[in-house]
Amino acid sequence: MGMTIGEKIIARAAGVDVVKPNDIHTVTLDRMMSNDGTTHLTVDMYNNKLKHPRIADNKKVVFIMDHNVPAENPKTAEAHKKMRNFAREHDIALYEGQGICHQIMMEDYVCPGELIFGADSHTTTYGALGAFGTGVGCTDFLYAMTTGTSWVMVPETLRFNLHGKLPEGVYARDLILTIIGDIGANGANYKIMEFAGDGAHNLTIDERIVLCNLTVEAGAKAGIVEPDEKVVEYCESHGRQAVHMFKSDEDASFAKVYEYDLSKIKPVVVRPDFVDNFDTLEAVRKEKIKIDEAFVGSCNNGRIEDLRIAAEVVKGRQVHPNVRFLIAPASQAVYIQALEEGIITTLMKAGAMVMNTNCSVCWGSCQGVIGKNEVLISTGTRNFKGRAGDPSSKVYMANAATCAASAVKGYICGPEDL
Amino acid sequence: MGYTLIEKIIKKNAGLEDIAPGQIVTVNVDRVMIHDIFIPFVADKFQEMGFKKLWDPDKVVLIYDHLVPTSAVEDVRHFQIGDAFVEKYGLTHVHRRDGICHQLMTEAGYAKPGDIVFGTDSHTTTYGCVGCFSSGIGYTEMASILGTGEMWVRVPETIKIVINGKLPANVTSKDIILRIIGDLRADGATYKALEITGSTVDEMSVASRMTISNMAVEAGAKCCLFRPDEKTCRYSEVSLEETAWLYGDDDADYERIINYKAEGFVPVCACPSQVDNIHPVSDVEGTRIDQVFIGSCTNGRLEDLAVAARILEGKKVACKCIITPASRKIYIEAIEAGYMDILAKAGCIITQPGCGLCCGRAGGILTDGEKVVATNNRNFLGRMGTSKVGIYLASPATAATSALTATISVPK
Amino acid sequence: MNQFTGKVWVLGDDIDTDIIIPTDYLALPTVEDMKQYGFSPLRPDLASRIQEGDIIVAGKNFGCGSSREQAPEIIKALKVGCVIAKSYARIFFRNSINNGLLLIENSEIQDVVKEGDMLTVNPGEYLELNGKKYSISTLPDNLMDIINAGGLVKAMQKRNGVI
Repeated sequence: MGMTIGEKIIARAAGVDVVKPNDIHTVTLDRMMSNDGTTHLTVDMYNNKLKHPRIADNKKVVFIMDHNVPAENPKTAEAHKKMRNFAREHDIALYEGQGICHQIMMEDYVCPGELIFGADSHTTTYGALGAFGTGVGCTDFLYAMTTGTSWVMVPETLRFNLHGKLPEGVYARDLILTIIGDIGANGANYKIMEFAGDGAHNLTIDERIVLCNLTVEAGAKAGIVEPDEKVVEYCESHGRQAVHMFKSDEDASFAKVYEYDLSKIKPVVVRPDFVDNFDTLEAVRKEKIKIDEAFVGSCNNGRIEDLRIAAEVVKGRQVHPNVRFLIAPASQAVYIQALEEGIITTLMKAGAMVMNTNCSVCWGSCQGVIGKNEVLISTGTRNFKGRAGDPSSKVYMANAATCAASAVKGYICGPEDL
Repeated sequence: MGYTLIEKIIKKNAGLEDIAPGQIVTVNVDRVMIHDIFIPFVADKFQEMGFKKLWDPDKVVLIYDHLVPTSAVEDVRHFQIGDAFVEKYGLTHVHRRDGICHQLMTEAGYAKPGDIVFGTDSHTTTYGCVGCFSSGIGYTEMASILGTGEMWVRVPETIKIVINGKLPANVTSKDIILRIIGDLRADGATYKALEITGSTVDEMSVASRMTISNMAVEAGAKCCLFRPDEKTCRYSEVSLEETAWLYGDDDADYERIINYKAEGFVPVCACPSQVDNIHPVSDVEGTRIDQVFIGSCTNGRLEDLAVAARILEGKKVACKCIITPASRKIYIEAIEAGYMDILAKAGCIITQPGCGLCCGRAGGILTDGEKVVATNNRNFLGRMGTSKVGIYLASPATAATSALTATISVPK
Repeated sequence: MNQFTGKVWVLGDDIDTDIIIPTDYLALPTVEDMKQYGFSPLRPDLASRIQEGDIIVAGKNFGCGSSREQAPEIIKALKVGCVIAKSYARIFFRNSINNGLLLIENSEIQDVVKEGDMLTVNPGEYLELNGKKYSISTLPDNLMDIINAGGLVKAMQKRNGVI
């Protein structure tokens, strides 16, 4: 009996030849990432709950401040101080204000075949490079950091065979939002979503990030795209070697197999307050839903490709006077590239507000917070009730082109409506 | 007997034959500025006073800057009230995302040489850099101007400050105004006008003069005026002839004349937690810091970013270094000049233009025991976080140099 | 304005507007919501301990800093009877007059008064402490007009025929 990509990664991490779904294994982790959302809690537990605390391998641990950067009140400043001091004391790699944790992990750390824990749900992102990334709470993280190991139950794998290419003006974000709409917000609970087929290989690494990042919104434990040459190239261009390029065996067992023809995907607008509240732009645009804020950014959609799309849409136009259009590049590297391509200039000239790289509106606590009854259209990861501010506010999710076009018009529409 | 610059402006505005300090005069206001923090209160008072319309919508400028971007749900309420006010009373000069009010008022040409301008912010003194009499007021008084177009002022005594000579390298107009505040003390110019002249300020850019006018209020000044010159006229898009009357007479009755030699200035900073607690940077050199902030209406302009870029080029900052350009225009110019690329590569955190950290609501708040070198205008207790944060105000050159080692350092 | 007596709270020089009301609380909807944070960077418990009719005695340059009118409004909302200081910052002074907060300039009382003393104020005439009188000056006419009207809002209401 063969194994899926996820099973192979777990087998490697567990040091065994074969694993099968529902087995429980002790695994050695390749990397552990924690951000300023919870690190201060982990540090408190480390200092106060453990008798003889030690870090198993500080070179495998990465701390990244991205949620409340720069700090917006003394409380977050205090949490940052705790995180910074701990990182210095234990010689842990620390990033402050240099990008969203998942983007930095992609740029600086992730390799195919690795098993990575992140104290953040969107750690599933790393599957874009053929790694198994999964989100954990801070107690699990503490155990992993102090022992270098953890236990995992081998999940079942859902296989998504993607075929063909996305049409012009349709993006990876539309694809994953369509899939989540189809299978539902719990459609992949505890499972791995594995993407393969010519359609998957047609996607750029940035597009694969979009796909894997949002798999957690269908409940998935991990999202993994079958690694290929593009993965090797990405790793090499970022100074790393791609070693463990796992593919599912011919006779691997999948809980279910889905087929998607990418040429059939259409632009999506997800309605409030659930990520699987799927609708098409075609249907939603008829309602001319008035917006107060638009956002392009986040670990899902704040990369250079997304900024290019937004800049293309607003170029030579002006953002609607009553709309706050926030752009947050996913990392400093993305920001610098966007500067050099003239994208930031285009966005600024159009009246957009370019934020420092951080989680920004998607985290909803320190930047671009929306008020009572306000409406946001966002490329962020979630549209839960109150996610971006007041509980009475509404969040629609769409691709960067739709968000940018809506920012210009002041109501939800696509670039062809300009 | 001649007149000081401020006396000439008030005299002309009110159409008086003669004028003297201490006199109470009603002036016709040329322009007013209201920002997002106070618009709800202005709107309330305006209505409460029973006004039905603005005296002149063209003369009113509304600017959102303190709450941009929002950091709390309640912030949006200010925009909602502001937008409703715009709608109801027909305001046309509205900036919702373009930068700090004081930068925009001269940059967008709302405050011109010889004008009388009031704003709901103490740093309204900034526009004195182009020879405009501008000063901060509260929201009740703003509401009454919106209805009447008039305001009473007490003609202030004038302190003339003459600075001659060439500034040493790495000494900027920020070091000058900090030193002046240190010498005058935080209340040394209360109710008074400052008039700044001399070959040193003649050589200065309008941007550098802005830094001085901006911070004059920290010595209590009502306004701080510079005589307009070719640079001013180019910046404000007015002719030299139009501004020819804007100078203080040699035989005017100045309360005091203070002379400085430019060569005597050194890089200084305002140590915690008073603006007049001025020391040479060399006295506190080596103090560990946790953060640097370069921005604000005091020092967030292109020349300030240029200084930071020159110092940080090809290097990495050793602590958080937050850069907040004063306006959208400056941000774009800084990209085009290549400064943003240099600063981003040095690891600086570059934020959206706005008040940012200076108004203490977001943008890099600190906590107990932390220290920051900042280019803004106030280091009051609790201004950037808890009351146990130490704020050192300094020039962009000192700030950027300090970021390289995470210790306070004299720029070289 | 009649004579009154109040308990004294002593503060130092340069009490700035960020001490009187930190920026962080300025976006709260009303002065009533804000007043509990008055003076909090300097003395976090002061706002809760001030009683109606108490008197603040401070040094020079009281109210320096920002134009925030919440500063005098909060002092008024805390029902402080008056502020006595060696001098006041310009904008704070105007804002106080416009809101009907009584400000008294005096440079002698600071040397003798202790926190908790009972001080008698006779507006426009003198202060009295431990049986000794300290003279104080009156305000210019145009300011008295505003105060007599009950503040600038009332003065404008009269002008506009609202009241």
